[in-house]
Amino acid sequence: MGATIVEKIFSRKCGSDIRAGEVVMTPIDGAMIHDITGPLAIQKFYEMGGKHVFDPRRVIMLFDHQIPADSLEAAKNHVYMRKFAAEQGIHNYDINEGVCHQVVLEKGRAAPGEIVVGADSHTCMYGAVGAFATGIGSTDMGFALKFGSLYFKVPETIRAEVSGKFQRRVGAKDLILAIAADIGADGATYQAIEFTGKTLAKMDMPGRMTCCNMAIEMGAKAGIVPPDKVTWDYMRGRRKMKSFDLASDDDAKFAEKRAYNVADLEPQVAVPHNVDQGVPVSKVAGTHIDQVFIGSCTNGRYEDMAEAAEVLGKKKFDPKVRVLVIPASRDEYLKVLESGLIERFVKAGALVEAPCCGPCMGGSFGLIAPGEVSLSTSNRNFKGRQGSTEGMVYLCSPATAAASAMKGEITDPREV
Amino acid sequence: MMTAKKTTPAKKVSAGKIPSTKGGRVWKFGDNIDTDAIIPGRFLTLNNAGELAKHAFEGTRDEFARKVKDGDIVVGEKNFGCGSSREHAPLALIGGGVHVVLAQSFARIFFRNAVNVGVLPIVCHDTDQIDDGAEITLDLKHGYVEVSGKKLAIEPVPPFMQGIIDAGGLVNYAKTLKEVPACTKSRR
Repeated sequence: MGATIVEKIFSRKCGSDIRAGEVVMTPIDGAMIHDITGPLAIQKFYEMGGKHVFDPRRVIMLFDHQIPADSLEAAKNHVYMRKFAAEQGIHNYDINEGVCHQVVLEKGRAAPGEIVVGADSHTCMYGAVGAFATGIGSTDMGFALKFGSLYFKVPETIRAEVSGKFQRRVGAKDLILAIAADIGADGATYQAIEFTGKTLAKMDMPGRMTCCNMAIEMGAKAGIVPPDKVTWDYMRGRRKMKSFDLASDDDAKFAEKRAYNVADLEPQVAVPHNVDQGVPVSKVAGTHIDQVFIGSCTNGRYEDMAEAAEVLGKKKFDPKVRVLVIPASRDEYLKVLESGLIERFVKAGALVEAPCCGPCMGGSFGLIAPGEVSLSTSNRNFKGRQGSTEGMVYLCSPATAAASAMKGEITDPREV
Repeated sequence: MMTAKKTTPAKKVSAGKIPSTKGGRVWKFGDNIDTDAIIPGRFLTLNNAGELAKHAFEGTRDEFARKVKDGDIVVGEKNFGCGSSREHAPLALIGGGVHVVLAQSFARIFFRNAVNVGVLPIVCHDTDQIDDGAEITLDLKHGYVEVSGKKLAIEPVPPFMQGIIDAGGLVNYAKTLKEVPACTKSRR
């Protein structure tokens, strides 16, 4: 019997045959902490008797959720973490680089075949480069920091095979919202989702990141795209390593296989209050919106900004809509800046902020009031996620966000 | 998912250092209770269970934080604790005196976080029969909860997590270890 890519990653790591369902104490290749979950993880590390982290070079630290410090409490948390980084010899990217998941990938801190944990649920995004990456809580992170290993129940895999060519202004975000609606908010709990097929083979790295990022929204432990030329091209210059083959065997045992064809896929919008409530944009077109957020680890890359700008053209956003544009990292910000898109967004009426999580998790700025509606390219539309529990959050692609921001209501980007 | 199939619990669940719950009040919630509902993002600068508990379910169920008492049980239906990895969620519950959460299924990270910090997540397939405000008694030894005169079966926790529960959470468990034996397999 063949093995899935996830089984192969665990087997490679331990040098023995490991299969789904087994519970294995597994060494990790990287551990990421940020300003929200980091302080608690450090506290737990100390409570466990931790003195030195397992390997400071494998610990990734940065601040992205509440930066620059938006409260005294946040400022104190930042100081606490800086002190820990200095004491342990950990390189701290601090507030300078952007949203954790984007930074981990662009700095080459996750690579094909590696096992990486992060104290953040969207850590599953690193599956875009063929790593097994999963989000954990702070106490598990304290354990991982101390021992460099963690218990994993090796997940079964759902294979999502995607074929077909996207229509104009339809892309990865629409695909993953459609998959989430199909699989459901808990349809992949304790499982991994492997994204394969001709459409994935052609998809660029930013699109793959968008897909893997949202695996958790189906309850999945990981999302993963088998490494191919696109992956190894992305890794070049980020990490010195030789390419190798890593893919599921055809006779591997999958929990299930699902096929998707994107040829007729309409732009998708996830309506309040769950990510699996995706509908074609035509169903909600005309819905009034108060705020639009283009950014986040899900859709904050240059390609996302370019997609929004292509829809915008030389036109303006509706002045009644607050438009927040936040590139996901310093690198992405520079690309957007140098290509002239920031000027275009600002002239169209948007606020362009420095790289950070922004309004995505409703903890820092850009919160919505009771009765207000947010349209967001981020990953969650839970009740209260972006502020008031009496507010509404809709999720969509950058193209749909831009078209809607221009019209002041949810709009099909193909009709602008 | 923790609820792959309905089984009659054969093994007892041991509670470790979790206090027994007798006659606690049920706080009933529905499907997909996410961690943003349990503790909103704007309170995540707090790292203390007692402080977090003051904001548990704020905006979702405001009276919870004011009225929750030691020994109360939170009861959900499907996919309890979905969303973010914030451990602040089980901490906000334990800070209010909730040591047990009962649901038909749990999201993976919440389940693990709960065990790690000493909140016992218990799978019960019949939580749709449990009403808000009911008095509930948990009998871990015999594998059921008693509520409104009904006895509802609960599932045992996975054996590898029982060790962590018995130790009273992952911190205490980790204290007993000098190093971890990498690549060893545990009982499922």
